[in-house]
Amino acid sequence: MTNAKMSLPGPENVHRAVLPNGITVLARSNFQSPSVNVGGYLPAGAVFESDEKLGLADFVATSLMRGTRTHSFDALYNELESVGASLGFYSGVHTTSFGGRSLVEDLPLLLKLLSESLRMPTFPKDEIEKLRAQWLTGLAIRAQDTSGMASMAFDRMLFDGHPYSRPTDGFVETVESITRRDMADFHRRHFGPKGLVIAIVGAIDPKKVVGAVERALGGWQVPGQADAPMLPPVKPIKKTVRHHHALAGKSQSNLVIGMFGPRRNDPEYFSASLGNSILGQFGMMGRIGEVVREKSGLAYYAYSSLNSGTGPGSWEVHAGVNPKNLKKAIALIEKELHRFIKHGVTKDELADSQSSFIGQLPLSLESNGGVAGAILNIERYQLGYDYYHRYERLVREVTRDDVLETARKYIAPDRLVISTAGP
Amino acid sequence: MTDKITQVALKNGMKVMLKEIHTAPIISSWIWYRVGSRDESTGGTGLSHWTEHMQFKGTKQFPAQVLDKAISREGGRWNASTSNDSTRYFETMPADKIDLALRLEADRMQNSLFTEKDVASERTVIISEREGYENEPMFRLSEAVQQAAFHVHPYHHEIIGDMADLRAITRDALYEHYRKYYIPNNAVLSIAGDFETKAMLKRIRELFESIPRGKTPPRLIRPEPEQMGEKRLYIEGPGETTYVQVAYRHPSATHADYFPFQVLDSLLGGASGLSSKTSRLYRALVDTEYAVDVSSGSETTIDPFLYRIFIINHPKRKIEKTLAVLDAEIKKVQDVLVPKSEISRAVKQARAVFAYGSENITNQAFWMGYSEMFSSYKWFTGYLNKLAKVTPHDVRRVARTYLQPKNRVIGIYLPQGVEGT
Repeated sequence: MTNAKMSLPGPENVHRAVLPNGITVLARSNFQSPSVNVGGYLPAGAVFESDEKLGLADFVATSLMRGTRTHSFDALYNELESVGASLGFYSGVHTTSFGGRSLVEDLPLLLKLLSESLRMPTFPKDEIEKLRAQWLTGLAIRAQDTSGMASMAFDRMLFDGHPYSRPTDGFVETVESITRRDMADFHRRHFGPKGLVIAIVGAIDPKKVVGAVERALGGWQVPGQADAPMLPPVKPIKKTVRHHHALAGKSQSNLVIGMFGPRRNDPEYFSASLGNSILGQFGMMGRIGEVVREKSGLAYYAYSSLNSGTGPGSWEVHAGVNPKNLKKAIALIEKELHRFIKHGVTKDELADSQSSFIGQLPLSLESNGGVAGAILNIERYQLGYDYYHRYERLVREVTRDDVLETARKYIAPDRLVISTAGP
Repeated sequence: MTDKITQVALKNGMKVMLKEIHTAPIISSWIWYRVGSRDESTGGTGLSHWTEHMQFKGTKQFPAQVLDKAISREGGRWNASTSNDSTRYFETMPADKIDLALRLEADRMQNSLFTEKDVASERTVIISEREGYENEPMFRLSEAVQQAAFHVHPYHHEIIGDMADLRAITRDALYEHYRKYYIPNNAVLSIAGDFETKAMLKRIRELFESIPRGKTPPRLIRPEPEQMGEKRLYIEGPGETTYVQVAYRHPSATHADYFPFQVLDSLLGGASGLSSKTSRLYRALVDTEYAVDVSSGSETTIDPFLYRIFIINHPKRKIEKTLAVLDAEIKKVQDVLVPKSEISRAVKQARAVFAYGSENITNQAFWMGYSEMFSSYKWFTGYLNKLAKVTPHDVRRVARTYLQPKNRVIGIYLPQGVEGT
């Protein structure tokens, strides 16, 4: 049988190099298939945009491939699609990310187009206007999406006054106000090699691939690339806040109930993760799934999720229910949260989730994309390249008391944010 | 990717397909039953999908909560889905834990409980699932288009079933459906991953071969007559966005026209699994701002189903104008032979998509069993070669034969309060 430890990414099989211009390259071989995956990010996210220009970072990211100094939009995609390759950019709060894949024979092309899109976008006027119309239709569709609207209002209430309260795809009026000059300025200030990380996984020689990245991106110099602003603190939630977004003509209502959660680098991250698994993930969506779906038959889905990143995280319960069952579902979820912080978790529950976390590791690393994502996470949160070798210990050392203490730190059933959308 | 697999029929008629892959300590096991929404009559729509849900409610040996916890505890991933033609259950597990999945599947092939209480609770879960779909304009439109495209063939209803049937179906109807179709001689087990074939086969025989064979259930066969003219329908609902679906009758998986049609679709709408910003329809409709998005695709089915083109209309355009541009583009592939280079491009795209798929063990086990549901594994392994043999004349012939207005349904979702035509 194949050795589980051997197949995990680690310092012995992930090659890491830093180019003179500051770009970090991570590479790992996998010869199972003649394909290759490229992923990465750079610090050019929505955190840099003003309230008046919400959506700017994502608009810029999406426009990078709409025309460059040497390729029109159509010509660029024609080169990619003709060989079955793909490449895309999108922006989150902290970073603009990119991802692509191709047959390994086409990796040079993929790197060339990646470099060109990052360094030489021209933001052609007609393409930008086409994209803007598509974007506005996207916002019109979002406005009809009960799940999307409930989540957006949830972020607005939980992260009141903080950059995390804002949707990265903006609003109609902010997207309409973004000019070509705004986009070019944003690109000039925030796109550069400093802080750029690229991971390449597939049928490649890791050392050679560093040379290929250097040829594509090594000459990029951007003096004065801006540093990310400091995040302001979040305001505590002092009592439960509720909001209902009315949407007529819908068969189902969506709800998001939640609170703050830990950062990815906080010491209680693992106890929160395991607690979240027990609360709303393990088996058929954990305890929440058990009471809302299995016992009450109220919902097709009801689960909890923990979102931990660079800044303050969120811990959220989501469900989609018939509008007449909304109150009942909220009450059941509140009751589960009470129980969770009162009694904590059982020994068996914790052992089950620990075993699940450890067992599922090789599964999450099945594809080149999965491995690329994993090593990018190691780099983003500075987890250490032996992270996956330490992972089992990190999971096993969490105790029931740790889970309870963490749950009590974050979950207060009288200080929740409750956001619903539907009829 | 190697195509070498072992195929064995057990004494009770169950087919077993095994493929060793030793790149990661993972095994993916899929069990397939030849039953789907096509096997349901009016009054019983949704039975196959609901039965699939009931398969998670437990047996005596694996009660519901034991069952899902047992898989998750070992770090496994598992799920199930129902299509028009088949129902499939999979577990992808750490290699040394796969025995649990095999024991579970052997057990629930015959011992699921289907208690009244569980049926009642699952009824509201499935109704909630359907209500979630109904929130989406595209679901409403697809359902209406499918109903208009098929009057006789059971492909006319959505897999989840009609709300009236979801409210009325009884426990006994579900149980009968289960007993009729969940028998070894109606099942295929496909497993890929880190195992030794001989030992795996021995274990499969121990667990499955004693399950008694049943009467092979006949498939419901009600061929859809030829469509005699274009159909058009309108759905109204909330929002500002106009959605359009144009659905043509599409050949079955084993029909000679299937592969030329795949090439035709790659040219028109783009290769499946890739971006499609240089497809003919994208250039004709999105680059010119008649649509904000266009995509297309077909399902691989036992009987002729649908080739659908999905359009989100541009807010500044009339739908009729958009449809006229679509028709002009279709006329081009009917009138002018496509260059050979465009066919080679489609083949290269498919080769890349196959390579991405073979990174993943779960996906490889999927294709073995899936291709067996409408053809055989040879269909899958011969895919790229068959695509490469398609000629420009084939593409033109298929475009002329199938993409006829009389062979299509046009469905339009009109947002309330906005004039669409």
